[in-house]
Amino acid sequence: MIKSEAASWYRIMEMFYFQSFHMFGIMVSAIITGFVGVLLLKRFGRLLTLDGDAIVIPQKAPGRYNYIFGGLIFGLGWGVIGLCPGPIFALVGMGSIGALAALAGALHGTWLYGLVKNRLPH
Amino acid sequence: MNTAIAWLHAPWPWYVSGPLIGLMVPLMLWIGNRSFGISNNLRHMCAMTQPKSVGVDFFHYNWREHYWSLVFAAGAVLGGFLAGIVFANPDPIALSVAALTMFSYWDVPIGSGYLPPVLFDFTWLSVIVMFAGGVLVGFGTRYAAGCTSGHAITGLATLQLQSLLAVVGIFAGGLLAAHFITPHLFSLFW
Repeated sequence: MIKSEAASWYRIMEMFYFQSFHMFGIMVSAIITGFVGVLLLKRFGRLLTLDGDAIVIPQKAPGRYNYIFGGLIFGLGWGVIGLCPGPIFALVGMGSIGALAALAGALHGTWLYGLVKNRLPH
Repeated sequence: MNTAIAWLHAPWPWYVSGPLIGLMVPLMLWIGNRSFGISNNLRHMCAMTQPKSVGVDFFHYNWREHYWSLVFAAGAVLGGFLAGIVFANPDPIALSVAALTMFSYWDVPIGSGYLPPVLFDFTWLSVIVMFAGGVLVGFGTRYAAGCTSGHAITGLATLQLQSLLAVVGIFAGGLLAAHFITPHLFSLFW
């Protein structure tokens, strides 16, 4: 994340203003690579995991609104601090106090969700 | 040897890091049916620190089963240290001209840092803004059950509709914030 600068606030702003292909390049090439990789895994269907189990792609839980609203809320945060969970951890490794604050906030936000989730549309 | 070291210090082009990240999806499935995504760790960390008496059942699960995920997060921290400090990029970040112009218009200094210094270091602005933004990130990623790694990359690579919904929401939120909130942040606090 650090090497690709995906953990950079500047790069994220650049992305949201469509001022550079860089971040989109990362995401698109990552998705394509992932997709092809998974396709190959399925092709060689009898390929097992290192533990010997059949490979199963975990499916996301059913839902509609939780994905849209959750995404919106997360996106709002992302558009301001320019960090999503991965970069938060990476920047903590770089010694950023701001990232530590973001991590603290994220933990509180997570906890808050745990508290109110039963009253939210999913 | 010199070029190898130079390459470790320089930032990597998107066509190198993108595929590397994407490779994680099939790799982690192959290693043990792990789904590539990092935001779940926030839930694990809450579960770890919650005393049994507190009744929030979202955190009443056996987080120890997910210990590999926490290892991943620890790896991200270590990776940050290695890439950001040990093999730090000495040059200023190579942003586009349009972005540079915009940042100077916002009055945001650009060094070789990943966050504007006022947000990276220990300042009142950073603590308040980063914490508040963090709350949105934490809440939103749990509500949507995933962040950009879990949904935008893993979810889309495995063609899941829920992830597409999440990505649409994420980008909508991000665009809204980046265009209407962030530019004013700096003028407010300076």
